[in-house]
Formats: sequence, C-alpha cells, structure tokens
Amino acid sequence: MTITPVIKREYIQNLAKNGKREDGRKFDEYRDIQIETNVISKAEGSAKVKIGNTQVITGIKIDVGEPYPDSPNQGVMTTAAELIPMASPDFESGPPREDAIELARVVDRGIRESEIIDVEKLCIEEGEKVWIIFIDIHILDYDGNLFDAASLASLAALMTTKVPAERFEFGKDYPLPLKEPPVSCTSVKFNDTIVIDPSLDEEEIAEARLTVATDDKGDIRAMQKGLNGSFTVDEIKKVIKSSVDNGKKIREQLYKSVGK
Amino acid sequence: MKSDIKLLENGKRLDGRKLDEIRPIKIDVGVLHRAEGSCYLEWGGNKVLAAVYGPREAVPRHTQNPLRAIVNARYNMAAFSVDDRKRPGPDRRSREISKVISEALEKIIILEKYPRAAIDVNIEILDAEAGTRCAGLTAAAVALVDAGIPMKDIPVACAAGKIEGQVVLDLGKEEDNFGQADLPIAISPRTGEILLLQMDGHLTQDEFDQALNLAIKGCNIVSELQKKAIMNKYQKKEGN
Repeated sequence: MTITPVIKREYIQNLAKNGKREDGRKFDEYRDIQIETNVISKAEGSAKVKIGNTQVITGIKIDVGEPYPDSPNQGVMTTAAELIPMASPDFESGPPREDAIELARVVDRGIRESEIIDVEKLCIEEGEKVWIIFIDIHILDYDGNLFDAASLASLAALMTTKVPAERFEFGKDYPLPLKEPPVSCTSVKFNDTIVIDPSLDEEEIAEARLTVATDDKGDIRAMQKGLNGSFTVDEIKKVIKSSVDNGKKIREQLYKSVGK
Repeated sequence: MKSDIKLLENGKRLDGRKLDEIRPIKIDVGVLHRAEGSCYLEWGGNKVLAAVYGPREAVPRHTQNPLRAIVNARYNMAAFSVDDRKRPGPDRRSREISKVISEALEKIIILEKYPRAAIDVNIEILDAEAGTRCAGLTAAAVALVDAGIPMKDIPVACAAGKIEGQVVLDLGKEEDNFGQADLPIAISPRTGEILLLQMDGHLTQDEFDQALNLAIKGCNIVSELQKKAIMNKYQKKEGN
C-alpha cells in the first residue's frame, strides 16, 4: 500500500464535488481501449490490451496432460498473473503475492464459472489425456483497473487461440471451442462518488471497489466487491446499470478485434 | 545436437540471410507510462520490453554501496514466450543472464553519482527466438537513455556463431539449436571495450578472431539503430 499525499486526495475529492475527474472523464465514462490480438508468435493465442495507460498482455499456451481424477472427461485450465516490477515502482520481484493471486483468481472465475470454455470438448482420451490450457497474464504498465484489463486481454487471447493438435499428432489445429463471454466493468467509490474504470490515483483513494461481469443479454454473470468500504443497495444498482452499458460497448470492440 | 536440417545452401541461410546479415530490428523508445525509461525492441522473432526505475534507495539496505549505485538487471521470460510453457519466475539460466547483464551495465553507467542507490533494469522476454540476451541488453541500454541515467556510452550487444563450418552473424533459431558455436558479446561502441562475452561450442583461434570481429561489426550496426530510435523520439518531442 502506498501513502497517498493528502493534497492528491483532496484534489481528486474536490474535482468530484464539481462533477469532474482528473483526466476530464465523466463519472460513468470508460477510458479508450485498444485491443491487439496475435501479438506473440510462440503462444497459441495472445492479446495486448491498453485501457488508458494501463497495459496488459495475456498469452495462452496449450499442452497435453492427465485430467483430474474427479473430472476424467474434462480439460484443465489454469490462470496465473504476474505483477512484474516493470509495471510499477511498487511491484517487487518474487513469488506472486496476494494481490496477484486475487487478480488471477477473479479472472479465472470469470472464465471458469461462466463456462465459456467447453471443457468437455477438451477431452482427448477419457481419464488419460486432455488438453491443458495455461492462461498467463503479464502486467506491463499499471495505471489502475487491472481487473478489467486482465480479463479483457484473457478473453481476446482465448478467442484467437488455436488448439495445436498437429504438434501433438491429434489431427488438424482448430479454434478453441468458446461460448459468448461476459465482459467485466470495475467501479470504485470514494466520498460518496462512484466512478467507473478508475485510474491509479482514483484507485489509491478508493474506499470500495465493485467488479460486475455482464453478458450480451445484460444479465449478471460474476461480481466481486473489494476494499473495506461499503455500498448502498441503490449504489450497487447504479453500478450494475453503468456496467451493462459500458460492457455492451466493450463487447462490440472485443468482437471487432478478434474479427467476429 | 545433430539434425538433418541443412543450415546453409548456396551461401544463403535458412531464412535467406547472407553470412554477415543481421535479422530485421525495430526499436520504440518510451512505450510505458509508469517506468522512468522504457524500450520495446523486436529483433527477428524476438519481442523484448525493457523498463528502468531509479536511481532510488537500494533495498534491502545491506545491498547498498556507500560509494556508488548498484545495478539490478532482471531478465525474465514470459511463460508464453517459448514453445513449451515456461514456469513463471526466475530459474538458474535467467539468474545467470541477469547477473552478466547487470555487470555489463555497471561498467558503463556513471555509478559514483548515486551512492547507496539502485538502478533497476527490468527486461521482459515476451517472444523468444534465439539471441534474447543480446536483444534484452540492447533494449535495456535504450531504456536507460530514456530514463536519463548518465552513461559513458550506449552499450549494445550482438552475437556471432558458427554453422556448417562457417562463421556467421546473429544466429537464428535453428542455427542456435543445431549450429556449432555461439558467441554473444556486448560492447561500448565508442571505445570498442567488451562488456559481456560468453561462448559455447567449438571454435579454432582463427575462427574466434573472425567471429569476434563479425560480432563487433554487428554491434556497430545495431548501435546506429539504437541512436536513430532515440533521436526519433526526442526530435518529435521538440517539434511539438
């Protein structure tokens, strides 16, 4: 946790009282998003996502391995995130700490529980051989809202992933079987103000955080509340509405970037 | 390792290069927002990012040197940068590369200006295809310039090697795997001093002389590209 200067906190709070944000955005306005796919030639799928100055790369590797004994006909998926010291002066090298683990687990849940990967189609030989999907998230530049950047990069990478069947002599390569993905939007609250897609400065003074993943029908598919502040029921409803609205735009951009 | 692949045919290499030809290189300066200096470099199939933080207080404190700054280069390969997924985190190979790169950079940075400080140089290999340590050091040098770290020169690296009995410049993937020798070096182009040198394989003394000369020639080519990229970035800034 870094110490935020009092001046910065008061500056952002005063701006918010006048309905403004540091970078000139509206409270419910997302930063510009750039999605670039197939950026890593060694990966089976990859994507680089920029949300404002935040930059994340996700690479997908696929291998053949044994299934878990309790799900012999299902492929295996693992997600790992690295907050490498390149991305921020506050990140240190070493094994992933709790914030990197929370990030990886929230992204993992968004993909696993919404069942966008059809794990039963990833079975090669029941109880013996299945495809193992490794989702590796690399944070390159940290200017807030890693949750959305990491999950968007992971979705875009998965949507461009080819299963390398030829390399393992199981027939021809084919695209990873996927369903409609839910898109997540994160908001934070400070001083009774709620802003979507927080910048790093806003994240540092935030009291509460809420991530909402919504699907193409506007239904809610995953949520995660964070930090030690609280939301009222009305605030939660407001956050959900702006997450659905922004989620729709982000989904359109995601489809466009993967050529759908 | 032996293979049936013919690495040389009619004087041309597998990817069509001549013996003394370097792979295409692209350098972008200042690509990250948080880092004090950064560089993105593509060298053939390699994609490398370098970021510099500091000089800042060295931690833990016992690493501090009261007379000068220390350089912590950290070479790290992304899990998805190689054919078979690499387990995240440092291994023995990346620790060794980090050490020799740190030492090479310490020779060229004016360390006496910053007692007790650390200069952190992060090198991320995003896509790997032979010659990542040379690409990493070359990118790190540009990121150091971008961060405004005082240096005696802009260091640069390049490798030479031997395939099918011939000395060649800048080994590609198959050449690295099935070739007979690999000689990566880093130099200070202004003085010609050698800052990093490793060799594996088998070279006669004559072949070594030839390979070293060729690698130095390669370093000088890459050095011009580094300077051009830096000038590009800072000239544009003045124009605005």
